[in-house]
Amino acid sequence: MLTRLRRSNRLIFILLLLSGVLVIALLLASVFGVVTVPLPDMLKMVLNKVAVFDFLPTWRAVDETIIFLIRLPRVIGSALVGAALATAGVLFQGLLRNPMADPYIIGTSAGAALGATIAMMIPINLAFLGFGLVPVAAFLGALTTVILVYNLARVGGKTPIISMLLAGFVVSALLSAVMAFMMSMSGRFGLDLRSIYSFLMGHISVTSWGQIAIIAPLVVGGIIAAQFFAFRLNAFSLGEEGAAYLGINIERDKILVLALGSLLTAAAVSISGLIGFVGLVVPHAVRLRLGPDHRLLLPASALAGAAFLVIADLLARIVLVPAEIPVGIITAIIGAPFFIYLLRHARREYAF
Amino acid sequence: MVSWQAQRVSFSYLDGLVLNNINLSIEAGEMVGLLGPNGSGKTTLIKLASGVLKPNQGEIELDGSSLRQLSRKSIARSVAVVPQQFNIPFAFTAAEIVMLGRTPFLRAFVEGNEIDKQFVANAFELVSISKLKERRFDELSGGERQKVVLAMALAQQPKLLLLDEPTLHLDITHQVEILELVRRLNVERGLTVMAAIHDLNLAALYFDRLILLKDGRVSADGSPAQVLTEDRIKEVFSASVRVEPHPVTGVPHIVIMPKGSAFQVETNGQD
Repeated sequence: MLTRLRRSNRLIFILLLLSGVLVIALLLASVFGVVTVPLPDMLKMVLNKVAVFDFLPTWRAVDETIIFLIRLPRVIGSALVGAALATAGVLFQGLLRNPMADPYIIGTSAGAALGATIAMMIPINLAFLGFGLVPVAAFLGALTTVILVYNLARVGGKTPIISMLLAGFVVSALLSAVMAFMMSMSGRFGLDLRSIYSFLMGHISVTSWGQIAIIAPLVVGGIIAAQFFAFRLNAFSLGEEGAAYLGINIERDKILVLALGSLLTAAAVSISGLIGFVGLVVPHAVRLRLGPDHRLLLPASALAGAAFLVIADLLARIVLVPAEIPVGIITAIIGAPFFIYLLRHARREYAF
Repeated sequence: MVSWQAQRVSFSYLDGLVLNNINLSIEAGEMVGLLGPNGSGKTTLIKLASGVLKPNQGEIELDGSSLRQLSRKSIARSVAVVPQQFNIPFAFTAAEIVMLGRTPFLRAFVEGNEIDKQFVANAFELVSISKLKERRFDELSGGERQKVVLAMALAQQPKLLLLDEPTLHLDITHQVEILELVRRLNVERGLTVMAAIHDLNLAALYFDRLILLKDGRVSADGSPAQVLTEDRIKEVFSASVRVEPHPVTGVPHIVIMPKGSAFQVETNGQD
């Protein structure tokens, strides 16, 4: 009884703590930027907006515009992207039992990048549910690639994990080659190399609340759905056969976890391009600190990933004001040394 | 208590036939050892018995219902498997591993209730490894690991326990401890046991019934005394042995006869 209490208390305590960290990150990222809006003003604006209070404005009208039209959507977008990538990273690492697994491992990144590049060639300005052509194409490119990889790896009703990793690698290489070709011929294709690089290095590009309204349910729903697979992913740690001995329907769960991880990744990529490191490092860092039980690992990684990317995006905006650094560079610069520190000091290392 | 039956079961991997027309029937409460040379189909038969492999032909039945009709989950609620080896990439503790044995009974969002906890604690006590609970699985010795995996299988509350070479790579202490424990569970709790085992002497000591496989067929099936004869061992294993009664228990005891010019063998008048 006591151990049970202690255990669930630990889970609740850790999740509350991480939620607190995320809230602080969200506040910091909302306050600071090219224009700093004092915290009380910012809070009052928000409270006015949700019609709870009616504070007299002590701020400029332009600040309100900045906060509501630019900064808040972006801050919330970066939290969603961070949570989605970290969750997808946990799902793929757990399913594939591979320390190098990240959300992009089975080809989502190459597919999204190629999709985005092709969309950039199309000079028509289409919009779909508040999204331009590029995010839609990136989303579809990521999902199409995973479906292709899964089917290539499928032999005789089974999809061995090693085949999936290899198929993912090969398909990624092929798609990347096509993209490199298009980039090298950018003049002929009418491509703007800068926007491609911006996509490849990662850049939170939320331009409207409409986008948040689509991405948020996808990401939040995906994270909740992931929790259903937590104890099954624990069983997958024994390998596919070991999981089957424990009553797991492995082919069914494999495709579901894969679909879920890919959907989360595709949703993230559509508004952020390819932000590296979050989906690799956050799950590892959380696992090193809290242990490998997916029932805690999944929600903790989602919160930590969100907080991490919110802070990284804040730094990307303010370090070289008014210039903006691609956020993928920030995640790597903070993430790598932090991860090395954890690896050197972790209590629960790996047994790979 | 559960009975198990294979009817005209054949199985082949892509590169060849492994099991050929196997007919076997195991009654509830039996303790059966599967013997045979490497590649004779022991591991495959264990995998077929647990339902993770499906036979190309024939049926495997658990208490009269075909494994094909049963979901993985319902099979796992009565059949547990101890494989040769688990390679676990993450740093789970022994307690977390044994809790995995409760997987077939868990539902999402439920952390494992008191009953699950109780089964885990019981499993640790049965295997006498409660002191290992908080140790990391990957830091345990081979023998300790095998005991943790056995405890995990027992937390599954199996009625049929399948073991694939459970004593492989273990020292003699752990070999005996593992088999003594399985035997005790068989005698005291009526747990039905089928184990692939390569050590003929251990097989003779701990199992009531031995099934000898050769080239994917059943070559002999019976008590240790019926199965482990000098002629049959010579035929199946191409090994030269002498079979004597065990000095204490009287079951067959196999003495390996070295061959080759490197040894000067005293043949006691035989050649």
